[in-house]
Amino acid sequence: MLAVLLLLLAGPGRAAAGPGPDALREELLLTPLPVGDVAATFQFRTRWDADLPRGAVSHYRLFPKALGQLVAALGVRELHLALTQGFWRTQAWGQPPLQAPAGAELWVWFQPTVTDVDKAWKELSNILSGIFCASLNFIDATNTVTPTASFKPLGLANGTDHNLLRYAVLPREVVCTENLTPWKKLLPCGSKAGLAVLLKAERLFHSSYHSQAVHIRPICRDASCLAVSWELRQTLTVVFDIFSSGQGKKDWSLFKMFSRTLTDACPLASQSKVYVDISPKNKEKELLEVTPAPTSVYEATVQGDKRTYAVYDLLSPSLFNTSRSLNVQFKWKRPEESSEMPIPVLHAQRYVSGYGLQTGEISTLIYNTHPYRAFPVILLETVPWYLRLYVHTLTIITKGKENKPSYIHYQPAQDRRRPHLLEMLIQLPANSVTKIKIQFERALLKWTEYPPDPNHGFYVSSSVLSALVPSIIAMKDVDVEESPLFTSLFPFSDGSSYFVRLYTEPLLVNLPTPDFSMPYNVICLTCTVVAVCYGSFYNLLTRTFHVEEPSRGGLAKRLANIIRRFRGVPLL
Amino acid sequence: MATAAALAADEAERARGRRAALSFATIAVVLGLPLWWRTTETYRAALPYGDIAGLGRLPFQLSVPVAVVFAPGSLPRDLLRALPFRDVQEMEIPVNVRTSVTSRYEMLYRSTTAQEEAALDAATAREADAALHPLQGTSLGSLTMYVVPETSPLLPQGINAYVGKHRSALVRAVGTLPALRSRLQQLTQVMSFTASSITAALSDRVPYGQPGPDARRNLKSSLGYEITFSLLNPDPKSHDVHWAIEDAVTRYVQPVLDKLSLVANFSVDSQILYYAVLGVTPRYDKMSSSFLLSAHSLPHVINPVEARLGSSAASLYPVLNFLLYIPERSHSPLYIQDKDGAPVSTNAFHSPRWGGIMVYNVEAPASPQTSFPLHVDVDMARVMEVFLAQLRLLFGLSREELPPEFLLESPGNEGLADWELDRLLWAHTVENIATVSTTLTSLAQLLDKIGNIVIKDDVASEVYQAVASAQSAMDKLAAGHLHSAFQASKEAATSSERAFFDPSLLHLLYFPDDQKFAIYIPLFLPMAVPILLSLAKIIRETRQKKKEPTKMD
Repeated sequence: MLAVLLLLLAGPGRAAAGPGPDALREELLLTPLPVGDVAATFQFRTRWDADLPRGAVSHYRLFPKALGQLVAALGVRELHLALTQGFWRTQAWGQPPLQAPAGAELWVWFQPTVTDVDKAWKELSNILSGIFCASLNFIDATNTVTPTASFKPLGLANGTDHNLLRYAVLPREVVCTENLTPWKKLLPCGSKAGLAVLLKAERLFHSSYHSQAVHIRPICRDASCLAVSWELRQTLTVVFDIFSSGQGKKDWSLFKMFSRTLTDACPLASQSKVYVDISPKNKEKELLEVTPAPTSVYEATVQGDKRTYAVYDLLSPSLFNTSRSLNVQFKWKRPEESSEMPIPVLHAQRYVSGYGLQTGEISTLIYNTHPYRAFPVILLETVPWYLRLYVHTLTIITKGKENKPSYIHYQPAQDRRRPHLLEMLIQLPANSVTKIKIQFERALLKWTEYPPDPNHGFYVSSSVLSALVPSIIAMKDVDVEESPLFTSLFPFSDGSSYFVRLYTEPLLVNLPTPDFSMPYNVICLTCTVVAVCYGSFYNLLTRTFHVEEPSRGGLAKRLANIIRRFRGVPLL
Repeated sequence: MATAAALAADEAERARGRRAALSFATIAVVLGLPLWWRTTETYRAALPYGDIAGLGRLPFQLSVPVAVVFAPGSLPRDLLRALPFRDVQEMEIPVNVRTSVTSRYEMLYRSTTAQEEAALDAATAREADAALHPLQGTSLGSLTMYVVPETSPLLPQGINAYVGKHRSALVRAVGTLPALRSRLQQLTQVMSFTASSITAALSDRVPYGQPGPDARRNLKSSLGYEITFSLLNPDPKSHDVHWAIEDAVTRYVQPVLDKLSLVANFSVDSQILYYAVLGVTPRYDKMSSSFLLSAHSLPHVINPVEARLGSSAASLYPVLNFLLYIPERSHSPLYIQDKDGAPVSTNAFHSPRWGGIMVYNVEAPASPQTSFPLHVDVDMARVMEVFLAQLRLLFGLSREELPPEFLLESPGNEGLADWELDRLLWAHTVENIATVSTTLTSLAQLLDKIGNIVIKDDVASEVYQAVASAQSAMDKLAAGHLHSAFQASKEAATSSERAFFDPSLLHLLYFPDDQKFAIYIPLFLPMAVPILLSLAKIIRETRQKKKEPTKMD
């Protein structure tokens, strides 16, 4: 009742104050991690209160034209692209706000009106590869899968026919400056104003983890959800290793990390905020201080944890009164011995084992550290066709007993056509480790199928864990428009659990690699054999034979002749 | 006796050896070489090289059907034949040394019908034009000229010809037939094509520098165009700019594009770019307390902006950019100077085959206490007037080169008269055919030069299709059917591009010759050496045998 009243009050007021049919919000979240690392998560959200035009005429204001046209032309309902360098160490760094697998990840939901999804997917990946200067054009049938359960639409969706979904990961993709520049170009303010000023390539790529992403999805325009708005979220997460770069100190500031400070908000943004995680650890008194004084303090339950954030609102006029630029500084009051982060409830590990070049085994360990709650998790494995999985060897063991998955979807690979897809719904008992093992055989490739430097090994993309993790603290339902962006990408389910998507390490597997000069050697050898046979055959057939008197004492006579020649006597 | 028998046996043995060597050589040449040739050959379907070469000469003949209608009292004095009669005038337009275009004007002289007479009784030329429109045929490219008496009140004083909104014109009668003819011819050229418009369409074939810069201004003919309007606001802190682009597009641009939809597909979009600055810092002028961009610095303006414009993701058509630039507050007002240093009245300029830029100055606030950002509403009528003029210019529809005694009716809301559309179609048809011929000729040349290119059957059929369509387009041009000629030329252009850019052409291109030899030599060398040696031996022996008998004698 109260919520309805609030909505009624807020509805018209916001509409009147609304700057127009589209709005931009920008946000930076700074989270100190244990061992002196700092994670910075930028989020830029462009919301467009219009259905994407399908006709010949289209008009763009804040929403980038390149992406808008792409979405409209190819019938995309939802698009998620992430380019990542490095690996988010969940065990050490805790639950990530947004994780992405190493390399490039693209998953797209198409509109039900799209008739040939594969063609649209191919075209889309080619165009995106042009827009972001990434090798997404290597996405083809051999690395594309259609998951049935793992990737549900994050935005508005009526009906989830998974045939409209495509998912691909390129673990070999290297992310660098040339991918960042086009990403920054999509921002309305570019890197000229607002939080994006901090995005300097030479600092961002001098880090332990760098992940940039683009998420496009349809959302409800208002609470009644009668009309659709489109949302573009550009996120960038970077982890700086402050401890080793800052002479053994864990103190940091914006200038230290980005070699820039903030001077203003993007003039087009309706909201521009910096959040600093100042949650007290281990229930102790605050050991840290941030300067300058934050404009406000925000408390929220994020991923099952109570957190406190210092908020700097760049749009508030008081912030830039005293000094012209904002350089958030973070100091520990006394040197802290150990700030062990509580181990996240769900985390996973994966490795490949075995010896020799014929068979091997992929093992995945999934940890549930929740003290008393069990919860299910969906595991998605995509394995390239050249590792032939033996599904009968699939074993799932929890606490020494076999754990039967309640749902299995397995699509076997076809050589050179499509990869293996294995999806399982596994129940994780409280405080347990689940070990999933599957054996595989390495296939021999044709010699033209090997990539450059084949001895480096072949990547197997990360497996994906999606779960609703039960929360220890009850959470409140939040309004997407009011709450900070870092809490609102995944749809909220209920107060007792929160959604987590984790990616394991990518694997590097060695395949039997031939000697690449072999074909030429074989040709040469065969030709030589043929030539030798042919030569003797030819000789035999064309040589003229005639009867010759057997000469007696051949060697003796010749020797005698040599001696005679020396002596100057007539020869025999 | 024994030695003779031994000699004979020896000789027989020698002959057998020779025969064996010769049969080896024969088998290698007759069986081995063709087999090797066949199995390693690159597949090439037959192509119509002769027809392509024929197209390359571009034997254009453009026929314009013109009906000349005499109103009562307008017949020239020296007209000997009775109406109606036909007359053909030909004109040669030289393009380059090898190519020249023949234009034929097929005149049909007749007198007015009763309906036309009634229509010509209107008070003004405009009304007469409107009344005459339903009486004409709707065929594209055909023109109707109404010759009105010398004293007719329809044409204002000093005006000898009036070109209407459609495909007709009113001409004031002149005393003699040759004078009338030259006036008619001039008018026909205005309404169909002139030598300069044809050379502009064939500008790729014209020696550089000959036709002047204007010839290379027109957009290349294409199946579609994308028009992008971009509002550049480099200073969003001071200016909060709004433009009613949706309304402006439907009101001003869409009617023109609807008319042009016959020529190509158009898509229109618009975007607003913030913090997009020009590449040149304008010069401050103390006299007028304004900033100036001189003409010679304009080429440097576009490049940094273009990086931000972004290309279209969804299509491959050429893009026409129209930029509206709102100068920063610290650089306004900003004016563009022409070559003589005088400010350009429209404050805009265009770039050939690219688009146009207009600088839109925001008035400085009167009171110093105004709060920023300043709300700015762009006057779209003023902006669109400039952009539409630039659009016409880029399509080669300028109305500059006209003698003063010709009066052109303004095309009104549609932005384009019917005859202007014809003009565009003539030029584009000629250009399409020329492009097809260039594409196919260069494909033929490539095939000649690079032996590794594969021509599959479907590529070959595209080439045949392109040649056939281009030839039929030429035939239709010669027959005066402009519309079908244009359609055929479009098809020809599509097919030729598809053939030229087919990815299957490149399949074997990266198979270098040295690798081939490295594979062949281990087999071919040991096989060829004995054959060649024994052949050489046989030849040597036969020569000796020929010499021997002379010695015996």
